[in-house]
Amino acid sequence: MIDREQVLHVARLARLELSDSDVERMAAELSGILEHVDRIASLDLSGLEPTTHVVALENVMRPDEPQPSLPRERALAAAPDPDEGAFRVPSPGGQ
Amino acid sequence: MSAAELLSLTASQALSRIEAGELSSDEYFDAYAETEDGLNAYLWRADAGEEGANPAGPGREAEEPAGSVSLRGLPVAIKDIFCTEGIETTAGSAILAGYRPPYTATAVERLADAGARVLGKTNMDEFAMGSSNENSAFGDVLNPIDHQRVPGGSSGGSAAAVSGGLAPWAIGTDTGGSIRQPAALCGIVGLKPTYGAISRYGMIAFASSLDQCGPLTRDVTDAALLLNVLQGRDPRDSTSVGIADGVELPSREDLGGLRFGVARDFSHETEGVERGVAASFKATLDAIERLGGELVDVQLPSAEHGLSAYYVIAPAEASSNLARFDGVRYGMRNGEEDGLLAMYERTRAAGFGPEVKRRIMLGTYALSSGYYDAYYGQAQKVRTRIAQDFAAAFASCDFIVTPTSPTVAFERGARTDNPLAMYLSDYFTVPMSLAGIPAISIPAGNAEPDGGGPELPVGFQIAGPAFSETRLLDAAFALEQEILPVGSSASRPGPTGLMEGSG
Repeated sequence: MIDREQVLHVARLARLELSDSDVERMAAELSGILEHVDRIASLDLSGLEPTTHVVALENVMRPDEPQPSLPRERALAAAPDPDEGAFRVPSPGGQ
Repeated sequence: MSAAELLSLTASQALSRIEAGELSSDEYFDAYAETEDGLNAYLWRADAGEEGANPAGPGREAEEPAGSVSLRGLPVAIKDIFCTEGIETTAGSAILAGYRPPYTATAVERLADAGARVLGKTNMDEFAMGSSNENSAFGDVLNPIDHQRVPGGSSGGSAAAVSGGLAPWAIGTDTGGSIRQPAALCGIVGLKPTYGAISRYGMIAFASSLDQCGPLTRDVTDAALLLNVLQGRDPRDSTSVGIADGVELPSREDLGGLRFGVARDFSHETEGVERGVAASFKATLDAIERLGGELVDVQLPSAEHGLSAYYVIAPAEASSNLARFDGVRYGMRNGEEDGLLAMYERTRAAGFGPEVKRRIMLGTYALSSGYYDAYYGQAQKVRTRIAQDFAAAFASCDFIVTPTSPTVAFERGARTDNPLAMYLSDYFTVPMSLAGIPAISIPAGNAEPDGGGPELPVGFQIAGPAFSETRLLDAAFALEQEILPVGSSASRPGPTGLMEGSG
């Protein structure tokens, strides 16, 4: 089961602000889902390699040739606060 | 030809008429552009007569493109998860409202290069997370057959548009069933190709090891035609490999010499499968035998654990992929007056809907220190075992068949308060996604829901080994002809008779 403290901890890791009612609902819903997911916890899967990818590909290489990249102004066009050719963000220290 | 007749053609039929000079591609495009979207299937649509509907390709009455296939200006609907340069692309999320991408997805470029034109961007569950299209920030999509019911998801707008006469065909994405399940619920064909068959470049990522683009069409021939254009290696997606021998148009008339595997514990006998769905499935097995196909028993002992593994792996990958939506480079920004951290947290709180938040939380939890091995590591091993199950089963059969969805289209709101019940919609589709193998859903008649009421479409799923698309489509084609004889209008999608559903 997931408690309130765990929900708040995970929400901080995920950079997600939750309201008090969100926290309660999330705790209940995540607990229910994890109960279902926990069915695989007891399976004996020793000796099996984890699958990270289904296509057997390794080191897909391409020639190292210079190519034009996205022009700066187009990369910045959808930004909420572009400034002097860069993405502007609020101060990490607050205010 | 009347507008209703025009809108009930398959894309291949329309293409033949355009090639024969019996139909103008502009007339055909405009007929769709002028339809009224009563299903909320579209988030953006081209205007009739519009020159700029195509972000990468030719304008009106295009010249013959260089490639071998020419789609002659045919309209195609695009799930709003594909970036289209200059055309708003939101993935169904408020966090991307108003976003105009600076480039176009490879899948859309390939369509444009073949001469197709973008008809519109279709509504979807936010970031492709959902099985009912009730998770869109821009409103529910309605099932064209019954407006009180869901079209399935997450490619619900694409499925509803194709079924409801608003698009001849469409592309969508499938991570755990998001093409096949809505195709089943709307009575059309949906194909999830082998992982790697189609480039994911420009397709907004949900779960990168599972996401795959595919066609939603009115028949199997159209699915093959569309897949043939879409597939191929793309230097901009290093996991794309294409289909080595391409895709041939299906022509098979019987199923002689083909073995169809049925896993008794993963079939119509599974708990939770509606009676009508089970009856349709059994009737389709009979149709396979009538066509000379052989039914064989196979075992898929780990398939039942697919959902559990999926609901660790997909949210884990999503929690990582969706970290990019932080109010810096694109989309919404909130709460900047209180500093960077508050800006991140409030932007994401305001921009994401409840299901997306749930999955981000689930994935972050599963990847967090102390839980990684127990959840993510274990789920990836289940994934290995499921892939091994399929490989073992394909030693004794050519294809594996299941119902696509345990139920017909359910009522709107019926599962929104119960995430687990919603997730069970994908019970039969998730294992193929985990194994990366191709699977197609074809219409298999109609059935009454367990709660009673008018009959609704049922889907029949056929899965094959990796890169068996041509054989898979050929078998699906033969079966389609047997289930839905040419000229039968019983379950043919299109506008006629569908729009006066009980909504």
